[in-house]
This record gives sequence, C-alpha cells and structure tokens, in this order.
Amino acid sequence: MPRGDRQLVMGNMACMRGAIYAGMRFYAGYPITPSTEIAEGCARELPKLGGHFIQMEDEIGSIGAVIGAAVAGSKAMTATSGPGYSLMQENIGYAYMIEAPCVIVNVQRGGPSTGLPTKVSQSDTMQARWGTHGDYTAITVAPSTVTDTFTETVRAFNLAERFRTPVTILMDEVVGHMQEMVSFPEPGECEVFNRTKPTCVPSSYMAYGPSKTCVNPMPSYGEGYRWFATGLTHDAHGFSTDKPEEVVVELDKLRNKITNYEDEICKVRAEYMDDAEIAIVSYGSVSRTALQVVKLAREAGVKVGFVQLQTVWPFPLKQLRELLAKTAHVIVAELNMGQIVGEVERVALGDTKVHSLLRYDGDIFTPMQFLEKIEEVRS
Amino acid sequence: MSIAAKEAGARQESDVVLRYLRPHVKFPNMWCPGCGNGVVATSLIRAIDKLGLDRDNVVLVSGIGCSSRMPVYLDFQALHTTHGRALAFATGVKFSRPDLKVIVITGDGDSLSIGGNHLIHACRRNIDITTILINNYIYGMTGGQISPTTPPGAHATTTPYGSAEKPFEACDLAKGAGATFIARTTVYHTTQMDRLMMEAIQHKGFSLVEVISNCHTYYGRLNRLGQATALLRMFQEKASVQDKGTNMVDDRTKDMIPTGIIHRDSEKTELCDEYQKLIDSLAKGKPA
Repeated sequence: MPRGDRQLVMGNMACMRGAIYAGMRFYAGYPITPSTEIAEGCARELPKLGGHFIQMEDEIGSIGAVIGAAVAGSKAMTATSGPGYSLMQENIGYAYMIEAPCVIVNVQRGGPSTGLPTKVSQSDTMQARWGTHGDYTAITVAPSTVTDTFTETVRAFNLAERFRTPVTILMDEVVGHMQEMVSFPEPGECEVFNRTKPTCVPSSYMAYGPSKTCVNPMPSYGEGYRWFATGLTHDAHGFSTDKPEEVVVELDKLRNKITNYEDEICKVRAEYMDDAEIAIVSYGSVSRTALQVVKLAREAGVKVGFVQLQTVWPFPLKQLRELLAKTAHVIVAELNMGQIVGEVERVALGDTKVHSLLRYDGDIFTPMQFLEKIEEVRS
Repeated sequence: MSIAAKEAGARQESDVVLRYLRPHVKFPNMWCPGCGNGVVATSLIRAIDKLGLDRDNVVLVSGIGCSSRMPVYLDFQALHTTHGRALAFATGVKFSRPDLKVIVITGDGDSLSIGGNHLIHACRRNIDITTILINNYIYGMTGGQISPTTPPGAHATTTPYGSAEKPFEACDLAKGAGATFIARTTVYHTTQMDRLMMEAIQHKGFSLVEVISNCHTYYGRLNRLGQATALLRMFQEKASVQDKGTNMVDDRTKDMIPTGIIHRDSEKTELCDEYQKLIDSLAKGKPA
C-alpha cells in the first residue's frame, strides 16, 4: 500500500473503512464485544455517504437484513463475535443457498458460550468452515495487522461479489482492538469488483442454471428480473426441487464455483521458507508473534520459516503442499485447542512432522513459548 | 346482475389473476384443496392490480410454512426466506431500497412464534412494510401442531388432550408494538379483504392485515369442525364486519371475530423517511 495519508487507526475501524472503500453501503448489526466499534463507525459514516445503518433486534435479524439488502442490490455487511456468529449461522446457510453476496465479520473472542468477551481467541476457525448445517464451501479470510484488515476487507467484498457467496472475515480481539499506523489508499488504487448483472431479456434470465464459471449474473431488485430465491434446494430457475439429478447439479455448482478458483482465492504469505527446516504456520494476530520469532531464530542461526494463511477457507492446500514439501518440521500455532492443525496434517506429505502450539487461556503467545517449542522440535 | 354478466365478471377477474402467476412454476400448487391461502393470494393480486403498482417494484418476502409458499406462485420479485425471519429480510430490502413496495406473507407460527421478535420490532420501527398474516390457528406444513394462536382447549397433534396455553392476539400485539395500520378479515370476506389489502399497501408505515383462514386438513379435522365449507360458514357466522372506521367494537368476548380496520395512525413518522432526512441533512453539511 502506498504511503499516503498516515493515520493511527484501530483494526475494527480499518475494517469499516475497507468495507466502505469496497462499496459497502448497508450495515445491519447488533452490539457485541469486541466487534462493536465496527457498528459504531458504520452508524457514523454510512449516512454521510447516502448509505444505511440499522441496529437490528438481534444477530439473526442482522444477517437477515444484510442478505435482504444484498439481493436488493447493495453491498452489505454485518460484524459480530462468537455468540452472535452462532446465532447467524442458519441465515448464513441461506445466503450460501440463494448465492447472496455479503460479508460477515467475526471479531473472535474466547468461547464456548459467553466465554471470554474481552479476550482474544481463534476458536471459531472451524465454525467459519462448517458453522451452518448442510454441505457447502466457505470463503474465509484472516487479517493479522490493521493495514491487513483494510485490504482483506476489500478483498472479502471482491470475493463475495465475484462468487455470489457470503464471505467471513475472521478477525480476533487483538487485530480488532489494536491501533497501528495505516496509509489508506486513494479511490481507484485498490481493485473493487462489482457483481455481474444480467444483460439478457428478463424472460430468459436464470438466477442459477448452467454457467461456465458456475456463477450466474445477479440483478438488483426493481430491474425487471422477477427472480425467485428460496432456501430450498432449487432448479435452474430457483424453484424447489427434490429430483436427485437436479439436486446434485445445484450442490456441485455451489462447491465448484469456489473450488475451481482456489488458486485465485487462496492467499498465503511465506517468508524465509527457501531453506527452512522448521516452518511456523499461523493466521490472524498470531502471525505477528510468529514473524518476530522467525526473525529472532534466524538471528540465532536457526533456519525457521514463516507461513501465514491469509485465506483460511478454502484451505490453501496446494500452496501449503508446495511450501512444506521440503520442510522437516511444521509448527502450527493457533489460539484454540487445535483446529487448523488438522488441515495442515492432511497436506503434510512424506517425512514432514506436524507439531501443534496452542494457547486458549484468553492471552496471546509470547515469543518465548515459540522459542521453547522450536527447541523442543529440534531436540 | 344477470348470470351472464356475473360470469363475464368472474372471467375478467380470473384473467387478472392469471396475468400475475409465474410462467415457470409447476401447477397445481402445493396447498390442500379448499385451503384459504389461494383466496388470500388472489385477493392480493387484485389489490396490487387495482392499485396499478409496477410489478417489477413489488417484492414479496416470506418465511416458512404453507402460507409462506405464496411467493412461489405470484410473479413478483420474491424472497422465500428462513423460518420466522421474513420481516428481518424485508427490513433489509426496504431500508436499503425505500423505492420498493415490500409485502411480507407469513403465517401464525412463522410470525408470532419463531419470528415474534422481528414482528414486534418491525412494528416499533414503523417501517413501510405490509404484512399479510394468514392465521389458521395451527402448524399446517408440519402436520398439525399448536401455534401461538391456537385457542385454549383446542386439539393439535402436540396437544392431544387439548391446549393448556393462552393464545396471542396478533392485532393487539401489533398495536402494542407500534404498528400504524392494523386490520383483520377472514377468507370468507373477500370483498372486504381486497379493500383492506389495498388500504394496507397504500398506508405509509407498518401495516398488518390478519386474515383468519381455514386449515380444515388439520385444525378442522382434529377439532371436528368439518371441511373447508364448514369452516368458511363458521367465519361467516362469527365475523362482525365493521368497516366504518378505526374504533371498532372488540366483541371477541362473545366468541366473535371482529373484522375491519382495527387501528390507523397516519401521524407517526416512518423509518425510511426519517433516515432519508438524516442523509439529506448530512449532505447539506448540517449536524444531524
């Protein structure tokens, strides 16, 4: 990002500003720590831009309103934390099913249940993948710095619009509440993708149906395309079906529209990996500590590499397989009881050994914990 | 009116209805023969047609249940959402796009049980959405369980010995929550229904039309009330049709169904209008 107007900004504010940069003009949400600043920022900024902010009665209503606004034609977002994210899950599944582009921010705190409202956690990583019932493919990004939060929020909207799907931004309390210097880009500097609109006559429009990219154009309401959206498994016209041959086409399409483009969706940051004997795999705020530790270890002559999952879902299988092919040891560090480590175990081939470094007491890793783990792995 | 003239009128009316049915959908519909949902659907079509609304700007939003299937058949922009959440989705549609005419189709279980919270808050906000609440006193789609409007003592598959619960009065609830147009009718009173639907759609603010309807398949059978015609006759006999104004007589104590406009308030400000004022004042650089 170019050095322009540098400002000291909180992660949650960077998320709000990234969303507005991407064209978000509708926000519905419900207060919950540690995400509330995003709602407060949207309440202040959106009406200035002719956009709309509404505080709904609960998180179920919030995501409902977001999906309603999204299909009506807006770029829409909500932000929440663990308990709210749980409440939203049914309607997030609805968004997968009707293919509604929207963004859900989860500034993670400790769980389960009310858990640790003011403490950091990454324990919703699997919920972002499997939170709602049924089979589907999810896109989830995870920023680690305040600048990252801005760019990943823009990217989340671009992915949502391009693939007509809900996208989760997995933040955590540390990323959400920390303040850093950020240079915000000018309009036009970062790519902003808008959903493809149909150009055919309304009578031949199909909201679903065959499509080379598996993503059908999507009109705004009031443009003459009176399409029907339902959470029921549907045919090409959007009307419910239980014919096995139609069901499988629809479910395959929901998966393929994402898995066919994994190379473009999956973003991995790798540093010091060329000669690394030990790789540290992390995501979110943990990547900050991890990168510092890698530098410290390198100074001490230990060949440690850094891998950060900027896209958590779909899991960057191909990239990780390539990166970790020659690495003897992989340490997967996360603030939970071990969630993404299972995915890394699935990609680790041959002699690569996967180790888990976990913390789930509501606090962040110290560099010493990493260094001790590195020593343990080496011995 | 001669029989020939009556037939011609009926033909004309069915032509109007046919114009608003979806071309791609497989008919017949999924409702039981004699179900009141079809009566409500055709009344809604007539109201929209008479009001001359641009059908591209009409959005039907529904939840889950028999009545919520209505947007499948009517050729408008349609969002068939999750159980109980239609009003939350509709709030997003309307608040982001106040130029659209948003109509919610819901049932007694959908709007008063699982969706009760969204209903009272939509009423409170006085957002310009029309809600058609088809009340048949029972869960039809899942096979006849009690709903929040099932009368005390009534039988359902989950109250095999009669219900021990007290029911909600949808219109009272909406009034208490702040809705600004509230009316009740039954599927027997189609002329009144047409008129109330038109008034509700034209009303600026949150409007609710409760339509008492027949589920002879479950409610009628489990309570030995007979078939569709018997239930329609019951509505005819029990309804007190009061269509004169807002202060109607609440004669439910005499086991009657008061119908007509129950409450109308044209003074209260509407949510989208108020927010637009805020947007306009901020655009002029004035503090809100």
